[in-house]
Amino acid sequence: MTVRIAGKSPFAGWRSRSIVERLLKTISSEIRTIGSTVKIMEVCGTHTMTLHRFGLKPLLKEAGVEMISGPGCPVCITPDYYHEAIIDLLTNQKDILVCTFGDMTRVPTRKGSLQTVVPKEGSKIKIVYSPEEALGLARKNPQQQVIFFGAGFETTIPGIVFTVKKACQERLKNFSLLSAFWLIPPALEAIIDSEEMAIDGFIYPGHVSTIIGEAAYSFIAEKYGLSGAIAGFEPADILLGILSVVRQIRWKKPEVANEYKRVVRPEGNPQALALMEEMLEKFNADWRGLGIIPESGLRLKPVYKDFDAVWRFALKLLPVRIVKSACRCGEVLKGLIKPKDCPLFGQVCHPENPKGPCMVSYEGACLIEYKYSSGAKSQ
Amino acid sequence: MKKVSLEMGSGGRLMRKFIDEQLIPTFQNPILNELHDAALLPSGLAFTTDSYTVDPIFFPGGDIGTLCVNGTVNDLVVSGARPEYLSLALIIEEGLEFELLEKILKSIKKTASRNSVRIVTGDTKVVPQGQGDKIYINTAGVGRLIGRPRPAKIKPGDKLIVTGSVGEHGLAIMLARNDFTMFCRVKSDCAPLLFLLPLWEKGILWMRDITRGGLATVLSELAEKIAYPLLVDEEKIPFSSRIQGAVEILGIDPLYLACEGRALLVSPESEAEKILKMIKRHPLGRSAAIMGEVQDKIGKKGEALLRATSGGLRLLEPLTSELLPRIC
Repeated sequence: MTVRIAGKSPFAGWRSRSIVERLLKTISSEIRTIGSTVKIMEVCGTHTMTLHRFGLKPLLKEAGVEMISGPGCPVCITPDYYHEAIIDLLTNQKDILVCTFGDMTRVPTRKGSLQTVVPKEGSKIKIVYSPEEALGLARKNPQQQVIFFGAGFETTIPGIVFTVKKACQERLKNFSLLSAFWLIPPALEAIIDSEEMAIDGFIYPGHVSTIIGEAAYSFIAEKYGLSGAIAGFEPADILLGILSVVRQIRWKKPEVANEYKRVVRPEGNPQALALMEEMLEKFNADWRGLGIIPESGLRLKPVYKDFDAVWRFALKLLPVRIVKSACRCGEVLKGLIKPKDCPLFGQVCHPENPKGPCMVSYEGACLIEYKYSSGAKSQ
Repeated sequence: MKKVSLEMGSGGRLMRKFIDEQLIPTFQNPILNELHDAALLPSGLAFTTDSYTVDPIFFPGGDIGTLCVNGTVNDLVVSGARPEYLSLALIIEEGLEFELLEKILKSIKKTASRNSVRIVTGDTKVVPQGQGDKIYINTAGVGRLIGRPRPAKIKPGDKLIVTGSVGEHGLAIMLARNDFTMFCRVKSDCAPLLFLLPLWEKGILWMRDITRGGLATVLSELAEKIAYPLLVDEEKIPFSSRIQGAVEILGIDPLYLACEGRALLVSPESEAEKILKMIKRHPLGRSAAIMGEVQDKIGKKGEALLRATSGGLRLLEPLTSELLPRIC
């Protein structure tokens, strides 16, 4: 057996201490030229994870860059009433098989979570690792109605609707989709427009950009004069993105830089975009914490309504304004407060007893902060 | 109504909470309160028990039979005892193919003789179909104490040694259990740790087998036991090249993947190199490494810190929930 140490992993270069140190030094000297610290939002939850997992946040702070977590966690921004609608169905109807990603089963709602409710006889909840797996289950169990409950951004949307397309071609009568599909650019615009926000630039999500390309963010530089860079998910990737944003700020030349060229093409993924265009339509979607944002959600077009669980099971997705709880997930998602500023964080709200979705999801800012960053205190 | 969740058994914080709030107060006595991997009995004996519910029952690198012997043997070894006798209790689901049962018994026999332990008592129960999952096994083990963990003696400068590459068992099981349509030749590291026994006479201060919750959980538990923080260098942790690609694709932190044939040791600074050499001499210890030390400069009491490959520091928390591959 060959054994390699972590430093020799395929990502060694992207994680190397000497490269990270050099990038931090360059960022720090750029900041000194600017003369004040900068605030950059990392939009994607996976970026938040990298920043914490590699202990980069305190190092960046020292260099003069404050990183703020954005709304890039699909589980976190899906409102409770999606979960409640599927919980109602699962607990009242027989022979329903709800398939979803692991994190989704743990989101606490007024009706419990998918993991804690007891389904009606013959019904079941199953954690799957890809929408294809749900489609396979539908083929194998024709007597059961299989619903894929999928939350996602542009990264996962094409893959999910592709299964609907296949189901349609195969004329499967027992497969449907409850979609919670969200679009990143309109959400960024809503954040920029909200008056409370003071951000100097963005690190754009790498894998969302793989689909939507560079031009999708142009309006942020052109209309709002804000800097930004598309970045990958290794430490050096993110630091390259930050360096680019900081340089744009220094030279007052905001643009959409692509620092993830090994994966992201300027035009994105035309096939995936065409599939989304063909099957989905935009609507004014309700984001947890951000509220209703014009044309920020996608749902199946009416021609695919047979495969839309909302239509097939007459699900009621009604925005219910819940009695205000002390959970401040909404403000965390907007980058207004840090997880530690929430009075529940680490006290009554922790991974075994999450009070809000940000403490549930592996991309949730609260869970990531809880898991990784208490260590920052002792540095 | 409060219900038991799967997470309570995942070896993480929730399980510890259950032990601390339910089991200890209910049954407390000086021997149990020590919470060693095995109970250290007054007569110079160590006594331990473990139940095995692994799914699937056969996996690359082992099966429930090798697991149920090695697991209990290892609990005795890390408690400072030479394993001697095991009990074997089988809970079998009605309908299990007899051929599989025979295969498991053979594997138990082979592993027991490899470990020089004898199965001296046992029990067999069969439950109706659907009330169990093929087969569950419980083993208890008795061993003679030849050493004693001395966590109170651990001081700054002492070295942290891991006896081999980590995470292979957890990943092998995860891949065998789910259809990720991914090709990865990783095998479980399931193996006996008997070769570590002589180290008890070489000044070792503490030993723990790395099981559920992975290396990170064992480190954070050790940090809570002693008066000083721990600092581990990520670059020095041995990983098999076979798991590196897979954990990146699945988005899993290998520090939380279970092992079944690896241990974490604390050695006095002066003995560390010598002890490492001894471990490396054994085929199961070839990839052993000194990967960290007990600190008095960085961190606070109770903390296990990791110096990431990129240079940043992060806190190692115990596992909090089942490992799930990430969505995107």
